[in-house]
Amino acid sequence: MSEPMRLRATLQGDVADVRILMRHPMETGTRKDAKGEIVPVHFIQSVTVNHNGKTVLEAQWSQAISRDPFLGLRVKGAKAGDKISVTWTDNKGDKRTDETTVAAPS
Amino acid sequence: MNEFRRAFLKLTGGAGALVVAAASGLLASGNAWSAAWNKEGFESKALADAMKSLGATNAVASKDIVITAPDIAENGAVVPIAVTSKIPKTESISIVAEKNPFPLAATFGIAAGADSYVSTRVKMGQTSDVWAVVKADGKYFVTKKEIKITVGGCG
Repeated sequence: MSEPMRLRATLQGDVADVRILMRHPMETGTRKDAKGEIVPVHFIQSVTVNHNGKTVLEAQWSQAISRDPFLGLRVKGAKAGDKISVTWTDNKGDKRTDETTVAAPS
Repeated sequence: MNEFRRAFLKLTGGAGALVVAAASGLLASGNAWSAAWNKEGFESKALADAMKSLGATNAVASKDIVITAPDIAENGAVVPIAVTSKIPKTESISIVAEKNPFPLAATFGIAAGADSYVSTRVKMGQTSDVWAVVKADGKYFVTKKEIKITVGGCG
């Protein structure tokens, strides 16, 4: 099972600054393990970010994205308490969705 | 680290076996469930092919795209790159690292509810130009920035 993402969405004016940290090995398929065997390619291919159920960002990734990927975006017209949900799918078909709410600026 | 480096050199040195292995792995598992994933683009090994897959062969250089990234990245495994597009009606932003084994790193589709800004971290094998390709109102715009890499991050 995949580990939960760390999500943070903070309101700045009417824009929510969203920061997402996913947990994923993002193997390129070219690296070798201690035994000299190639570690199979394993990476997140697509990420969808929804704001109150409406898609605001759809990302397609290659294995060039760093391990434990970071994604930052800004959602317009957001209010405190709005829901931001993030779903990723990797090349093995594993999926994970996590959700957070937009926090008022502190 | 040496292990990674060796594997990487092998790759770029033209020993195509690894590339083929990686590509066929993608073929086997990638296609069935994700029709929208730009397989052709992500498997391109040359900048021109990656651009072609995006439809950006006639892209216009633009000063309204800003790549925020370090001039020198010590660790190629984690290179922070942010792209901001000030072009109206930005539909997508792609990040292409020219000298990576597979140059196309990511494409972000921007819907109306999001700012035309994305920030992420990519792996880079060596010092290279990084291109940001923006599709706006059906047209393509590009800008580039050289990022120097001290330690390659292909592993």
